[in-house]
Amino acid sequence: MKKNYFKLALVSIGLSIGLTACTNKLDLTPTNDITAAQVYSTAAGYKTAFAKVYGAFATTGNQGAGSGDIQGVDPGFSDFLRLYWEFQELPTDEVVIGWGDAGLPDFHQMNWSANNPFIKGLYYRSFYQITVANDFIRQSSDAKLASRGISGADADNIRKYRAEARFLRAFQYWALLDLFGRPAFVTDAEALGASLPQQASKADLFNYVESELLAIEPLLPAPKTNEYGRADKAAVWALLARLYLNANVYTGTPKYTEAVTYSSKVITQGGYTLLADYRKLMRADNHIGNTEAIFTINYDGLKTQNWGGTTFLTHAAIGGSMPAASFGVGGGWGGMRATKNLPNLFPDATGTLDQRSQFYTTGQNLDINDIGAFTDGYAVTKFKNIKADGTAGSHVDFTDIDFPLFRLGEQYLNYAEAVLRGGTGGSLATATTYINLLRTRAAAAAVVQADLSLPFMLDERGRELYWEGHRRTDLIRFGKFTDASYLWPFKGGLKAGKGVESWRNVFPIPSDDLVSNPNLTQNPNY
Amino acid sequence: MKKVYFMKLGLLGLFLFATLLAAAQTGSISGRVTDESKKTLPGASVSIKGTGKSTSTDANGNFKLSGVNKGTVTLTVSFVGYTSAEKTVNVTGDVRVEFSLQPSAESLNEIVVVGYGTQKKSDLTGSITTVTAKDFVKGQVTTPEQLIAGKVAGVQITSNGGAPGSGSTIRIRGGASLNASNNPLIVIDNVPLSESGVAGAANALALINPNDIESFNILKDASATAIYGSRASNGVIMITTKKGSAGKPSFTFSSQSSVSENVNTVDVLSARQLRDVVNTYGNAAQKALLGSANTNWQNEIYNTALTTDNNLGISGSFKNIPYRVSYGFLKQNGTLKTGKLERNSVGLNLSPTFFNDLLKVNLNVKGSINKSRFADQGAIGSAVYFDPTKPVYTIPGNFVGAFGGYYEWLDASNATTGLAALAPKNPLAMLDLKQDNGTAKRSIGNLELDLKMPFLTDLRAHANIGYDISQGSGTVIIPEYAAMSYKRFSGKGGVNNQYKQNRTDILMEYYLAYSKELPSIDSKIDVVGGFAYQDFKTKNYNFTDNTFDGTVVSTPNFPYNIPENTLVSFYGRLNYAFKGRYLLTASVRRDGSSRFAPENRFATFPSAAFAWKIADEDFLKNSKVISDLKLRLGYGVTGQQEGIGNYDYLSYYNLSSGQSMYQFGSTFYNMYSPGGYYGARKWEQTETMNAGLDFGLLGNRITGSVDIYKKKTSDLLNLITQPAGANFSNQVVANVGDMENKGVEINLNGQVIRKSNFTWDLGVNATVNKNTITKLTIAPDPNYPGNKFGGISGGVGNTIMINSVGFNRGAFYVFQQVYDAAGKPIEGLFVDRNGDGTINDKDLYQYKSADPKAFLGLTSNFTYKKWNAGFVLRASIGNYMYNNVYSANGRYTSISSLATYLGNASSNYLDTKFNGITGGVNQLQSDYYVQNASFLKMDNLNVGYNVGKVLGNKASLRVNASVQNVFTITKYKGLDPEIGGGIDNNFYPRPRIVSLGLNLDF
Repeated sequence: MKKNYFKLALVSIGLSIGLTACTNKLDLTPTNDITAAQVYSTAAGYKTAFAKVYGAFATTGNQGAGSGDIQGVDPGFSDFLRLYWEFQELPTDEVVIGWGDAGLPDFHQMNWSANNPFIKGLYYRSFYQITVANDFIRQSSDAKLASRGISGADADNIRKYRAEARFLRAFQYWALLDLFGRPAFVTDAEALGASLPQQASKADLFNYVESELLAIEPLLPAPKTNEYGRADKAAVWALLARLYLNANVYTGTPKYTEAVTYSSKVITQGGYTLLADYRKLMRADNHIGNTEAIFTINYDGLKTQNWGGTTFLTHAAIGGSMPAASFGVGGGWGGMRATKNLPNLFPDATGTLDQRSQFYTTGQNLDINDIGAFTDGYAVTKFKNIKADGTAGSHVDFTDIDFPLFRLGEQYLNYAEAVLRGGTGGSLATATTYINLLRTRAAAAAVVQADLSLPFMLDERGRELYWEGHRRTDLIRFGKFTDASYLWPFKGGLKAGKGVESWRNVFPIPSDDLVSNPNLTQNPNY
Repeated sequence: MKKVYFMKLGLLGLFLFATLLAAAQTGSISGRVTDESKKTLPGASVSIKGTGKSTSTDANGNFKLSGVNKGTVTLTVSFVGYTSAEKTVNVTGDVRVEFSLQPSAESLNEIVVVGYGTQKKSDLTGSITTVTAKDFVKGQVTTPEQLIAGKVAGVQITSNGGAPGSGSTIRIRGGASLNASNNPLIVIDNVPLSESGVAGAANALALINPNDIESFNILKDASATAIYGSRASNGVIMITTKKGSAGKPSFTFSSQSSVSENVNTVDVLSARQLRDVVNTYGNAAQKALLGSANTNWQNEIYNTALTTDNNLGISGSFKNIPYRVSYGFLKQNGTLKTGKLERNSVGLNLSPTFFNDLLKVNLNVKGSINKSRFADQGAIGSAVYFDPTKPVYTIPGNFVGAFGGYYEWLDASNATTGLAALAPKNPLAMLDLKQDNGTAKRSIGNLELDLKMPFLTDLRAHANIGYDISQGSGTVIIPEYAAMSYKRFSGKGGVNNQYKQNRTDILMEYYLAYSKELPSIDSKIDVVGGFAYQDFKTKNYNFTDNTFDGTVVSTPNFPYNIPENTLVSFYGRLNYAFKGRYLLTASVRRDGSSRFAPENRFATFPSAAFAWKIADEDFLKNSKVISDLKLRLGYGVTGQQEGIGNYDYLSYYNLSSGQSMYQFGSTFYNMYSPGGYYGARKWEQTETMNAGLDFGLLGNRITGSVDIYKKKTSDLLNLITQPAGANFSNQVVANVGDMENKGVEINLNGQVIRKSNFTWDLGVNATVNKNTITKLTIAPDPNYPGNKFGGISGGVGNTIMINSVGFNRGAFYVFQQVYDAAGKPIEGLFVDRNGDGTINDKDLYQYKSADPKAFLGLTSNFTYKKWNAGFVLRASIGNYMYNNVYSANGRYTSISSLATYLGNASSNYLDTKFNGITGGVNQLQSDYYVQNASFLKMDNLNVGYNVGKVLGNKASLRVNASVQNVFTITKYKGLDPEIGGGIDNNFYPRPRIVSLGLNLDF
């Protein structure tokens, strides 16, 4: 009996476990993470996924400041704004950065290669946002909505989300066009990962961005009627104006008339007015009553934390003897200053003759002998985590400052430059008026129509838009980015500055994408 | 083996007592002991089993024992290097007995634990090394793997530092993977363990009491490991714990006390040197920051630490049920102040048999509770970096005032905290004020039933049901006033957090084994076939992050997360022996893992091996020189699925935390973010070829083995970049790439001297391994240097290593430093290796690696009368280290980078005088900092004395003393040349440990 019992026990334990275990036990699912079908089963789920399409601009990852959507790059470096800003500002006359993070000094020295980690970071950040947008666009087709039983007002809202996702994707493709020229290209038309993406030509990409923007214009809400932080028609116009202003760089075919058309639309139909005080553009509560911002990336010290964005722009600009408390933060990171070319654009560095001239000069040298020394070069005080009432933002480490990707001031400048470059449909007189709106707001001397010239426009853009992520694109449009005709300290790694190869007007496709996608070829000379 | 000997000694003591009381009629036994060639053996020990009577043979091999009780006794004779012999003698008066001893093939007759069964060592076909208790590293060993450090060819065991209970990095034959795991599978009493750690314990293995361990069997080549197919690519370490034995209870008690003290500190500027440097090179503001104290911060954070380890084991039989119970209590303090560990461990083994041995039962239950206080190891770097001109306390010796009285860098302009931003925090405050207490409980156990079929006794059915359950929990408490978290949230400071984790791993195995002698064809076959189910489940609880007063800083979205993975396996093995000397083993295993998509889930791992016992052939049978010779040839394929995500074959959406929300209008939304995935992921496979020769010379006075191997891993689970736009993640672990390890292992053991009073045993092992990456990308691209990794400090996002095709895994990826005529490195000047006129990442090159070209171990043991002494030497040749202390701290910017505080510099600054600015980031990546870290270490030196009978002959006592980490000979400039990973930065120093211990058997 006993023997039988043991045998029975052994056999039953063994066999029953073994046979049931084999197959179905291997199908396991995560505890908290859910599938696309679960996410997109409700309208609320759509909005939560939609929040990522936007939020990917502002955050580095899903789990607070240390987390990263982009692998192989330090999470703190991997948000869109910080990277985009570094690409647009570090290789120019506006900024030097003293830090030794691998690959970072290459930007001001203008000797980057395809293996630079920041180049990988921005390229893949842009594509991450495109991929998330593609996913959302696929999931929000009318057919999908119908199959999930979502209809009525919910479905209408989701259709708006979808158009906005297309705008955000078009913005990223514009950025890729501007930075990399010929990136990979993939839309919602193909299933994710179904085939290797093809490489876009500059002309194709230009046409795609233009056609997308024109197609979604009617689908988006009128200016200033959407929720704060979400794109509307004016954002589309503003991006079109920027795209057309640079069309000659991208495709060799100027589109200045179109640039005039769309900057005019923003100016005349958008209902935006300049903020009364230029110095309060980049403040902790600039989401409240901001009449000038067209489209912003939103940050919050408590709820939208990351080490990039305006947190970076504020902290990294503080060093030397600058009192961090007066910037509403706990301390500086001692990184960025201006080359002397930037303060030299202004009549003085104190802001008396032009309030846009915001520098900290105590203990700082105008000249840069040593990029690593924070005290070499004037510090810039544009970003302050301080509210209108003078109190600090919500967190000492993370700022509340929202960053305008588009604001009215740029559109005035776009208009004036497009007219100067021969665009029709506007006038130099109006252009002069617009420029003077900017100047008088800043208590700077007004100019007359005769003062408007292309060199003036480049300088005026520097005065108005410095440290807002425009400079590289502007210098390229004016033929001054790589050229020896315009130098600044340590341009090309030389203290006196030197010209570098013109092929550096576009960045290389990162090696990471070249090794994983045989459809791609490198930009010339890299 | 040793255990039996102890027990004998214990019994012997007891019986001696009884004998004396009895004082009955006596007789005597005399005789002679000879060797296999009839030469007399002087100094052989002769004893009567169960009594205290013993003697040894004289110069002519003769012995005499008188005063022996009349009746039947068992006489045993032993001599080093020979198999002990026993004879039953009926003592009727004066009797005479002759003994002829045979050379021991002791090591060859050992029973070796292999996957799903045991084998005689002489019948092995694979590369397996056994280390038993008698050869374990002596001294204060608190975690099991350290018992065999330096003892086994091909096995590299590098402790992760000096923290109490800290673990080790174990590499067998270099490891087989790049991004998946390189850790061997560890099997304790037939329960394969999970690789994951246990919360609340520094190291999951430290929950196993080393004192309970009987033996290690290290399975190295694929023919040995393939039966564990799915988890065997990096080798298998099988740990067997002590079992019960027949007879009355015998007790073993051991007690050990140790003193640990650090040998060295990191070389930094003294207060005087720092003042000189700042006064010479600093500006007025920096000079003004200098203080007047002379603080050696490293002396402040370290102390001399005491450890006690007490163990009691009882084994015997209760109503024919052999049992062993054990209890251990370890109390270990760290040399880094505040760190400590207390371990209570119990073990129970029952191994009864039933029905005339038809049913064998083996029950193991081990349990332990670790209570730890973890010292904040950030204090190590902080102490190296903190300004020595500053005092420990604001008011010396006074614990009052701001920040608990500890000196901190202040910045009046910081309105919120008053602390200087980014300044290092007082290292001692980091230790004293952080209460990081963890409790980890772990129990591992299994029930094995082995039933011989009554109708067919050659057939056995075997069931093994095991578990590994652990619970870790703990709290982290930092007071409100501590600088490290001062006013970190809404004006509130400190930390008051908890964590908790439950792990439940289940094992169920079932196999049939058939063993048959086939005399008609002079053959023997053993067949095993079965299946296994293993499930690994962890429940991680999420808690709010709180300031000291309980203000909630952040709240998790979910109360817990339960990652889980499952393995299902079917396996079979055939052992075939022809004429007892031609041995063939073939095995096959089919594994399924929940980590792969259904279509890639299962893979098959075969192996085959052949062994030829050449020594048993006629032409060698009578050789005087060659006593043993065996050739082994093996081939096998093993798989790998450790170290990768559990659910990555599908994309899942992850809900963002409360700190990653996005604002629309005035509402903040959590975000659902799609995760990266890789559906085509499959098993990484490693092919191993092994050829080995086992030999014994001069009656096995010298034994050894030589193995050459080649391991080729293909379909590497490799973190590769994804085409932009084709995945939600830009990097996924996919099966791309190939890698090779080639090597030679030599193992030699010899009895150099064997006299009756004096023996000297020497063991040497040597390993040469060469690792080469042969493929890394889908499309070969000559411009792609490889995958960079190995983060270093001194800037954010900087790495120092690379995996490149054609190079060793983890080659340093550096600029080539230019030196001046005096041999001093010139800051920021590097060789333009590609000649394009600019120094950028195209000038980086692959230089050396942290992997040694060769490593060696040498164990020596002497016995002289009742004394024994031994040492273990370990050497590593050709391994390099990146000295991150030099690179990050050997420059003036380490002393002053921001205006609000000063730091300190490595003494290397005095050599280079680097300002830290000229070279920028490139200087960090200079090959100047890659230093030769070859070393020779004496790990252990020990002396023991066998006191013999004590306590009125009731017990036998041995005492011992040992020193660990005796000396290190190296050219390496940093603290310790042996740091896992090859990057030296804030390493917890390995202390020198002096121990005194005693063993009492009764």
